[in-house]
Amino acid sequence: MRIETSVRAVASPAAPPLSRPKGLWALLVIVVAMAALPLIASTYTLTLMVPFFGFAIALLGFNLLFGYTGLLSFGHAMFLGVGAYATAVLTSKLGVRSFELVLLTAIAVSALIALPVGYLCVRYTRIFFGMLTLAFGMLFHSILFKFYGLTGGDQGMRVVRPLLFGMDSAGGKTAFLTGPFYYYALGLLAVLGFVMWRIVRSPFGLHLQAIRENAQKASYLGVQVSRTRLAAFVISAIYGAVGGAILAVSIGLADPEMVYWTQSGNLVFMAVLGGSGSFVGPVIGGLAFVLLHDSVMAATQYWRFVMGAILVLLVIFFPRGIAGIAGDVVARFRKGS
Amino acid sequence: MTVFLDVLLGGVFHAAILFLVAAGLQLVFGVQKIVNLACGSFYALGAYFGITAVGFAAQLGLPSILVLPVLILAGLAIGLVGLPVERVLRTIYNRDESYQLLITFGFLLMFQDVFRFFWGATPRTLDNAYLVYGTAEFLGVQVPTYNLLVIAASIAIALGLGLFLQRTRMGRIIRATAENRNMTEAMGVDSNRIFAAVFTVGCMLGTVGGALVVPASASSLDMAVELVVEAFAVVVIGGLGSMRGALAGALIVGLIRAAAIMVLPEAEILSIYVVVIAVLILRPAGLFGRAVA
Repeated sequence: MRIETSVRAVASPAAPPLSRPKGLWALLVIVVAMAALPLIASTYTLTLMVPFFGFAIALLGFNLLFGYTGLLSFGHAMFLGVGAYATAVLTSKLGVRSFELVLLTAIAVSALIALPVGYLCVRYTRIFFGMLTLAFGMLFHSILFKFYGLTGGDQGMRVVRPLLFGMDSAGGKTAFLTGPFYYYALGLLAVLGFVMWRIVRSPFGLHLQAIRENAQKASYLGVQVSRTRLAAFVISAIYGAVGGAILAVSIGLADPEMVYWTQSGNLVFMAVLGGSGSFVGPVIGGLAFVLLHDSVMAATQYWRFVMGAILVLLVIFFPRGIAGIAGDVVARFRKGS
Repeated sequence: MTVFLDVLLGGVFHAAILFLVAAGLQLVFGVQKIVNLACGSFYALGAYFGITAVGFAAQLGLPSILVLPVLILAGLAIGLVGLPVERVLRTIYNRDESYQLLITFGFLLMFQDVFRFFWGATPRTLDNAYLVYGTAEFLGVQVPTYNLLVIAASIAIALGLGLFLQRTRMGRIIRATAENRNMTEAMGVDSNRIFAAVFTVGCMLGTVGGALVVPASASSLDMAVELVVEAFAVVVIGGLGSMRGALAGALIVGLIRAAAIMVLPEAEILSIYVVVIAVLILRPAGLFGRAVA
């Protein structure tokens, strides 16, 4: 009994058979539902959804490393920070307000940082990979935190409202976030989600899964293990930076708190909550986390305790997350009928 | 010269505390193979409970000279909280490391609010209780005697732990379990009991560390998450699972931090991570660790 659960947890079944694009359908359902949400939901709910889009994009990247390659990064919030600070520096210091330019810069900078960091990190796996990424993340945090002149220190840096496709929008911040920016971020999630879907289904994505299952065997079969891992690291960093840029705009601020290691822990929490073994699981986890976080925080000031307890119970009883539970329910239903 | 001695004494004091927490982390990693993020919470728990215990002792009318033994006893007592925590962790010993790391992260979050609930959000201090021991002069530098006592206590605990693990029957069984759990079980060792005992001792090292630090600095809600990364730095530098590594790592981190505060305050935290990354790149197993795959 115990052995069975352990096997399930270790070798999380990431890819369903190639012929069935279940994950893509699930993502499409989420995107369509989110597109229709402004018709029924309150403004408050909509302002919650914008950070969710940011997290969802970052999580898609995070899970390329965690779920597909088997590398647990405990410093992934670093790349959220890269995106957020790129947005802040460009919009408030350099006066570049085009969000497309901001995104391109965030992508370029995150790739530039991820290359050397990833090169050093992917030589290790398991707990050492996690610790090294944590160290790099905290290194970045301490730079942001201590060098007031460059980064504003613990005050953070203000983010000026960006132009979307060169257009400014009328109205206040909330109108911007729940209007044009909502759809813009959702569009990014849809596009980047589709790209990620193609990545995990490509020979490259299959290489990653082969590395996760057995790196030695994969390398005997001609997979360039380190190089492939590095590529996954860089791609996941880019997704993190794009997510961070969206987060920064929705908060209106880039601050070091976003890079602290507990934020990286939250990303892992979200991925496991949704189910890191499936393509769309982390996105579901991001949504569940944002909603859960909001409702628990509204209910009690001791929300950390509740979230921590949920995490403990989740790890013990449902290590495959929401997507895993859903999969089991569907399987039982099929068997029964 | 005095600056150098200041750095040395401040660094060694910090290292003495760090060593206790890191030794707990190492012990648990060595035997249970779990990297315990909640070690920071145990440290903070010891600090908060230490303040309460000293307050209670003062109400009982105990002389304030007893503050050190009261703190150590308080740390040992509250360290028993490790027993129920281990009972929960027991369910996931066979799982992947990422889940083990994550469950201890859950405990860390829960403990944050336990502190907030019992002790509130404002930092708590012991109003310079350590001055009761006066200050000593050490080669022309003034140091609180309390700091020297803590360093001595930490060395004593390190020696005691080393003797216990190397020389006693129980210590041998613990080391054997760390080496090969199935084999020791086959030889009749109840490894569940060993695990519970080891985790509780690991937890106690953290709580005693926290209790000892509290006369010299405030206890706050941030101390748990901040200490985790420092303790991580110590074990990475020293090598996961190695006690000698914890000692070396704690000294390195403590001294670097003390020196950086003196020379370049901006680089206080930065310098630690630079060393961590350098060690991981040059010697991934740490200074005293075993080679890893």
